[in-house]
Amino acid sequence: MSTQSAEHPKHLLHHFSTSQQQAESAKLGMWVFLLTEILLFGGLFLAYTVYRSWHPDMFYNAHLFLDRELGSLNTVVLILSSLTMALAIRSMQLGNRKRTIRMLVFTLALAAVFLVVKYFEYSHKIDLGQLPGKLYTFQGIEGDNPHVFFSVYFLMTGLHGIHVVAGMLTIGWVLWRTVRNDFSSEYYTPIEMTGLYWHLVDLVWIFLFPLFYLIG
Amino acid sequence: MSTLEKAIADTSYLNDPPGIKNWLFTLDHKRIGVLYLYGIMASFLLGGIFAMLLRLELLSPERVLMDADTYNQFFTLHGAVMIFLFIIPSIPAALGNFVLPLMIGAKDVAFPRLNLASWYIYVAGALICLYSIIAGGADTGWTFYTPYSTETGTAVISLTFGAFVLGFSSIFTGINFIATIHKLRAPGMTWFKMPLMVWALYATSIIQVMATPVLGITLILLIVERTFGIGIFDPAMGGDPVLYQHFFWFYSHPAVYIMILPAMGIISELISTFSHKKIFGYKMIAFSSLGIAFVSFLVWGHHMFVSGQSEMAAMIFSFLTFFVGIPSGIKVFNWVATMYKGSIDLKTPMLYALSFLFLFCIGGFTGIVLGSLAVDVHLHDTYFIVAHFHYVMMGGTVMAFLGGLHYWWPKMWGRMYNEFWAKISLALIFVGFNATFFTQFIMGSQGMPRRYYTYVDTYHRLHAFSSYGSWVLGLGFVVMAVYLIHSLFRGSKAPANPWRSLTMEWETTSPPIAHNFDRPMVLEHGPYDYDVIDPRKRLDDHRREVAK
Amino acid sequence: MNSQSHAQHHVLPLRTYVMVTVGLLVLTAITVGISYMDFGVFNLLVAMAVAVAKAALVALYFMHLKYDNKIYLVVFLVALVTLGVLIFLTLADTMTRGDIDQEERGPINRRAAMYQQDTTAVPAAAMHMTEGQTNDTTASEDTSHAP
Repeated sequence: MSTQSAEHPKHLLHHFSTSQQQAESAKLGMWVFLLTEILLFGGLFLAYTVYRSWHPDMFYNAHLFLDRELGSLNTVVLILSSLTMALAIRSMQLGNRKRTIRMLVFTLALAAVFLVVKYFEYSHKIDLGQLPGKLYTFQGIEGDNPHVFFSVYFLMTGLHGIHVVAGMLTIGWVLWRTVRNDFSSEYYTPIEMTGLYWHLVDLVWIFLFPLFYLIG
Repeated sequence: MSTLEKAIADTSYLNDPPGIKNWLFTLDHKRIGVLYLYGIMASFLLGGIFAMLLRLELLSPERVLMDADTYNQFFTLHGAVMIFLFIIPSIPAALGNFVLPLMIGAKDVAFPRLNLASWYIYVAGALICLYSIIAGGADTGWTFYTPYSTETGTAVISLTFGAFVLGFSSIFTGINFIATIHKLRAPGMTWFKMPLMVWALYATSIIQVMATPVLGITLILLIVERTFGIGIFDPAMGGDPVLYQHFFWFYSHPAVYIMILPAMGIISELISTFSHKKIFGYKMIAFSSLGIAFVSFLVWGHHMFVSGQSEMAAMIFSFLTFFVGIPSGIKVFNWVATMYKGSIDLKTPMLYALSFLFLFCIGGFTGIVLGSLAVDVHLHDTYFIVAHFHYVMMGGTVMAFLGGLHYWWPKMWGRMYNEFWAKISLALIFVGFNATFFTQFIMGSQGMPRRYYTYVDTYHRLHAFSSYGSWVLGLGFVVMAVYLIHSLFRGSKAPANPWRSLTMEWETTSPPIAHNFDRPMVLEHGPYDYDVIDPRKRLDDHRREVAK
Repeated sequence: MNSQSHAQHHVLPLRTYVMVTVGLLVLTAITVGISYMDFGVFNLLVAMAVAVAKAALVALYFMHLKYDNKIYLVVFLVALVTLGVLIFLTLADTMTRGDIDQEERGPINRRAAMYQQDTTAVPAAAMHMTEGQTNDTTASEDTSHAP
């Protein structure tokens, strides 16, 4: 027996009075969670700031070994994935399930491209011995303690990469639920929340990119 | 009681739905609060055992029952267990989870599944910490300062990982409470008609979500430093150990306000209820909670005056530290003003509130003393510090927690505790606490360093006296455990509103039914309207009189 | 369908999303282009200004902050301000070390022990160099980017 009705849609949980209250609560909760993510990454931005302020020239010299073209490519890839993610939500707002699925698939594909590019970047550094901390063996960067640059680089891009993977898993889950017809123009909150998370991943990269790849 | 009332009181959240599976997979905030309560009580016992053993060892400068390395591990574990497993979750997760939705007239918190997840994460974090204790513990102090923490052979990684996991539990609780307070208040309950406990939990949640992630990244960095030697905090690798302290204290100072803010929320409730008087300065107390949350993020460097940070930073932090005492002072004045010309009922919760006022003032004043840069240079890392934070954490938070526990005990279990034995226990705790810790102010100001396994003979009598005090304190808790557990089986049945309070949680049965209220709640009067409503009369009579 | 749900479902036109994307790509091109030129300290300032502009576009449009309830914007800004406090007050320490007591500035060990073995090791006298100088002991410097 279906308990669904206009006043009690299937997705409405018992402790909320209206769908709107439920959706707004979810959005507020998600934004507070994004606040925690900003502060999590923020600690690493602090480490970067402190060490770059102490070793500005070493940072410049070390960053020359980063591939600016690949970094730019990844920036474009993430921007486009943010677009497709936003369009996925918009498609479901308009009730277009097929287009939502297409957009989510594109987002996943672009995220995968990002990770592939990062794989190439990382393996090149591993080959050269440009590794974090005591694993660092590369010679040829002028300045004090160049391993610090790569420590911070791997920590920040690594943590970012972990979030990309987590984002892909979440997008995959939401994609599966869309295929299963769980959502409609009345209810698409999980896709919207996933979108907010994915945009944060993009936001972090927007700052990582110039800080590591574009040290003037 | 009418048949209907009796029937409702027998079927409550405690037995509806029955069975252990329905407890372990519950989405009911009241059950989750109770589950948390079991966890923090067990943690308090574990942390307390460590404490008693430490004080036992300190009875004499010679070895009593452990060697120095073990002693280091014990004070580390005492601190870590008490802070991460007991005090941080204690009021928000155990009492707050139970009471918050009831106080705002809601059926549950905003995200019940997240709530259950946060409890499981708490349990996971606790188990990881327990494993680390078995694996050899840590001997770094609960602060895990580098470079020692990156080099010592003890189980630092597992203990810090446990703390990392526990951080998520705290964050999820914070997210849940913020959304709940914003979105689930009963119609008519505007922001300034909420009980002050809710304001306190709101401010606490803000701190939880802002500060805890920084602890998370700090612990990750520590673990990575230990395994890969990344060189951020290790001077041998060109890193800066003081930077670690900045990272660590950016969380850990606001953390102490996570501990005290909900306690202050409880005190507002207790003093108003047991003075039968409208709280004085409601808005000032509400804003001062937010003020504490804000200023708490500006002062962390006062833990680092002698660490090697620059003198400029030390002066800035010392200056800012004086501001953080102002909102707390405002609250104390308002509480005392509330009691003035009130009809004071000296029940156990009120006695805990009065103890709080006295002990928190001592703890708070000594905090301001320590905020003075030049004084702290002498007092840092002495027993003066130990005494200060035990006065605020135990004399403050734990007293308030116990007051709240006794206040809401009838609501949670439907049983009254024994007032006589409760007062005996409180007397033992009060006397034992002051004997243990006031002595430490004296010791510290005379130069006794903290975290020291042994000491010179000058301090012998003071240490011994402090240890005797700890036995009285411990006895007080044993008595409490006995009468509280006894009340669960033999306590007299509690009415819906034994204290005649005007906040919303008292408008349902004791214990509450599974979905909290038998009707959609709407605000009918303010939480402290003791000047308009005589709680001696039933609310129905009041409604009838108003309607005339 | 009730009227409450309509208020919540604000749909942005496709054009808005496309324009924002174009804006992001243009800004990216600008910031990459500027990085090939040398403007001294302005390189960092411009790069950060562009990053902030890009972030604002993503936050305001993709994340709907411009059109939603102001509370979410407040949450976002509070996060940034708190982060700012963390960085600012920590730098208040790390950038003023040795200012008052005239000790040597900077971190404790400018050349970590692990570098002591290599042939381009820093001579002991160079250990006390002041901030900003690089230790350029090689005749030529290969500044080309890695493949």
